[in-house]
Amino acid sequence: MDKDIKRLSLILLMAPFALWILLLIIIPHVGIFLLSLREKISYKEFTYGLGNYIEFLNEPIYWNTLLRTGSMSLLVTILALLIGFPVAYYIAKVARKKSKGALFLLCLLPLWVSELIRTFGWILLLRETGVVSGFLQTIGIIDQPVEFLYNDVTVIMGLVYTVMLFMIVPLVSTLDGMDDAMVEAGYNLGGSGFTVLRRIIIPYAMPGIVAGSIVVFMLAAGSYLTPILLGGKNSSWFTEQIYDQFITRYNWESGAAFGFLLLAFTSIVVWLGLRLTGQSLATTVAKD
Amino acid sequence: MEYDLTCESVCKKFGEFTAVDDVSFQIPSGSFFSILGPSGCGKTTLMRMIAGFESTTSGDIKIKGNSVLSLPPNKRNVKMVFQHLALFPMMNVFENIAYGLRCQGVGKEEIKRKVQDVLERVSLPDVGSKEISQLSGGQKQRIAIARCMVLDPDVLLLDEPLGALDLKLRESMKIELKLLQHQFNTTFIYITHDQSEALVMSDNVAVMNQGRFEQIGTPQALYHKPASAFVAGFVGDANRWSGRVVEGADGAVKVQTDGGLSLVGTAAGGSLSGSGTDVEIFVRPEFITVARAKGDAPAQVNGQNHQRGVVDSLLFNGANSRVLVRSTNNQLIEADFLLTGGTDDLKPGDAVDLSWSIERSACFQAARG
Amino acid sequence: MIKNPVFTLAYRCYILAFFLFLAAPLAAAGMFAFNDSLFPALPWQGFTLDWFFNDTEPKLGMFHDRRLLRGLYYSFIIASCVSLMSVFVGTCNAFLFTRGQFPGKGVLYILMVVPLVIPGVILGISILVLASTIANGVEEAYGWEWDFLRPGLPLVVLGQFSFVTTITSLVITARLQKLDFSLEEAAFNLGAKRLRVLRTITLPFLKPALIASGLVAFLVSFENFNTTLMVVGSEAPLTVTMFDRMVKVGSTPVLNAVSFFLMIGSGILALAMVFAQRNSKSE
Repeated sequence: MDKDIKRLSLILLMAPFALWILLLIIIPHVGIFLLSLREKISYKEFTYGLGNYIEFLNEPIYWNTLLRTGSMSLLVTILALLIGFPVAYYIAKVARKKSKGALFLLCLLPLWVSELIRTFGWILLLRETGVVSGFLQTIGIIDQPVEFLYNDVTVIMGLVYTVMLFMIVPLVSTLDGMDDAMVEAGYNLGGSGFTVLRRIIIPYAMPGIVAGSIVVFMLAAGSYLTPILLGGKNSSWFTEQIYDQFITRYNWESGAAFGFLLLAFTSIVVWLGLRLTGQSLATTVAKD
Repeated sequence: MEYDLTCESVCKKFGEFTAVDDVSFQIPSGSFFSILGPSGCGKTTLMRMIAGFESTTSGDIKIKGNSVLSLPPNKRNVKMVFQHLALFPMMNVFENIAYGLRCQGVGKEEIKRKVQDVLERVSLPDVGSKEISQLSGGQKQRIAIARCMVLDPDVLLLDEPLGALDLKLRESMKIELKLLQHQFNTTFIYITHDQSEALVMSDNVAVMNQGRFEQIGTPQALYHKPASAFVAGFVGDANRWSGRVVEGADGAVKVQTDGGLSLVGTAAGGSLSGSGTDVEIFVRPEFITVARAKGDAPAQVNGQNHQRGVVDSLLFNGANSRVLVRSTNNQLIEADFLLTGGTDDLKPGDAVDLSWSIERSACFQAARG
Repeated sequence: MIKNPVFTLAYRCYILAFFLFLAAPLAAAGMFAFNDSLFPALPWQGFTLDWFFNDTEPKLGMFHDRRLLRGLYYSFIIASCVSLMSVFVGTCNAFLFTRGQFPGKGVLYILMVVPLVIPGVILGISILVLASTIANGVEEAYGWEWDFLRPGLPLVVLGQFSFVTTITSLVITARLQKLDFSLEEAAFNLGAKRLRVLRTITLPFLKPALIASGLVAFLVSFENFNTTLMVVGSEAPLTVTMFDRMVKVGSTPVLNAVSFFLMIGSGILALAMVFAQRNSKSE
């Protein structure tokens, strides 16, 4: 009887999980995959095939956009890591106990504000009539308003800003677990600052680095708001293509194919990243 | 005699592994009973079966003569003090103690009265409104016991509750636990791997090893008349040699240790299988007398073993000071030495004579394999 | 450690610059809410609260702007639903993964984490496609009009719920793993029944995590844009309303006022969360 109760409670607990994962994650994604294989012949007449994917390959604009999204996301990931690592190290190891918590909270600050508002803030700062342009004119570096928006550098900076905390949080939590004595022992045994960083700190922080990079890459590649607002008409981000196909052109079949391609592409990059660093999804992202 | 707890051939198997193997014992009412054993010997599993957190594979457990196997843990009148006490951090002291009473549906006024009463009995009458985190280690201990005792259990189980305390506090808590047990006059079953805790507090001790009870007896009996090599080695300190019988099987036997000492011991734990038998010999340091060497090495006479040697090092520890002696055939022997009585100025390198009685040299047949 | 004063100073400056970088757009977004000008730009025209409270055009304050208020209202409804649902399912998941024993646990755990890394746009379209397919099918076969499967509030809630639940599950699981099993056993031992143990021991222990994850869920839902945009109907939540305004009307200081308002709101929620976490640590 005890066993029956246990089984029953397991099933009851499993039910919400199963409903959630099946109905909202698995079936919808299988659904768009099936939809992506469908081709419209005429009204309510369909055939199945790889037509949508072939169309994608035949149109350089499409796959160029995907490659561009991928490479820029990779750049964003690397920049976020380079900029974020010293900050995370400072918070985890250098800052005193009291200021540590405060600094960490400061890092989380942008999380508490919508991506829309953050991007809006950047627009106010960087546009032609914006604060930065005005400031530079006042101090005389430039003599007429300059538009800082609508270029790749700004898009990348905006994305780095948006994803930064997802890099810092896992880094801080891994570095926090590192024993100070390990670093001290590294110096004590004659290592220089660089060797200690390369041989001790970075290998130790590797799970955090990989976890942060995966999340950051996925977020950057999947972002929509920041590239269209900061990059304007010619930002050509892949999610924009998906939105375009779905909502503007109402061409669900190719929109679904695009969505599936983005998913497959990012998954492959993440998988490659995991293989190269010798980590697994379970030891990194799923850890915290 | 009335027995509060009776276990009859209790077994517990986890798959192929037998954690508790055919354990039987009875505990008379109002006594302090300890189960002593190394970690992993099955003592915690045994206790969890008594409390109802594990089911038995076979055998029966009776409390006050009635089998409790079919009762779930919340229906058994066996209360338990957990290893880390498991005081509820989200409640204050009063609520912790009142928890069990509330589960029984006792009235508000009576709860108040009973909690106050038990707090006084553990001599902490004023801590009711304190949070658990405000208590000291010793106070937590007493609250954990009070929380159980307020329910008037038939048996109180204690799972190494002193393990987390520091040494000084542990020593004083030992005495306090014993006093509390007298005061409540309830049967305490105390699980520990620390032999001194078991010996100091208990009326009876069961020594457990690899799921079996090796011996049940008073602390004195365990110490002086160990029934097996395991008990002799686990309870108290001892010089331990393995060797071989040269002559004899019962009573006094002549043995030769692997290291080359030859001595006369007493067969223990049943008779030995005659000459050539592998044996383990145990001699407690306090039964070895140390004297400065005079003249020739004495012969084996008068029921005594003698051994000449040289002081290797002194292990000073106040009243428990020891001397490590290297015998002529290069064996180390540990012996107590008295700070009073002529040997207090021993130095490493001094020649000494050791002697100990044949009765105090217990020889157990070695386990095969 | 090597203590090089120049290096230390440079390091500190870097950290300072980093936090300025973090704060800059937020400051810009908040600051212009108080500028007495029709455009959120310099020069500074003087301090005003018109963009919050004025009731006439052209300086219509946010508390008199019907559409923004309606957006706020919808956002509130959506966020409340999402946080309640996701905390409930997250709690079930936490128990499932810390207490349950079943085959394929590791794989299912990874599956639980996956929604967090699926791009929000794709989550949105996949749910849209499934819901529309079902709605069309039902309509064709039986002639029923299942409106809740058409873009609108229910779909927005489901879309956000689909990934917010991962966050709540992770937070609550982390807390439940810290629960000393012997606390529950002690309660059983003292005579409590299963439900009483849950009510008096387990849930009070989880409370800080439940509150914290609920607040996070609320915030994430309130802020969400990408997933929402795909499944939104006529009842647009605040972020979508603001986006529309930004694209159609261009940036006006009333958007700064809303931004400032939201930042204050999030700040209060964040403080509440820190407080909840701190209480849990002192235990």
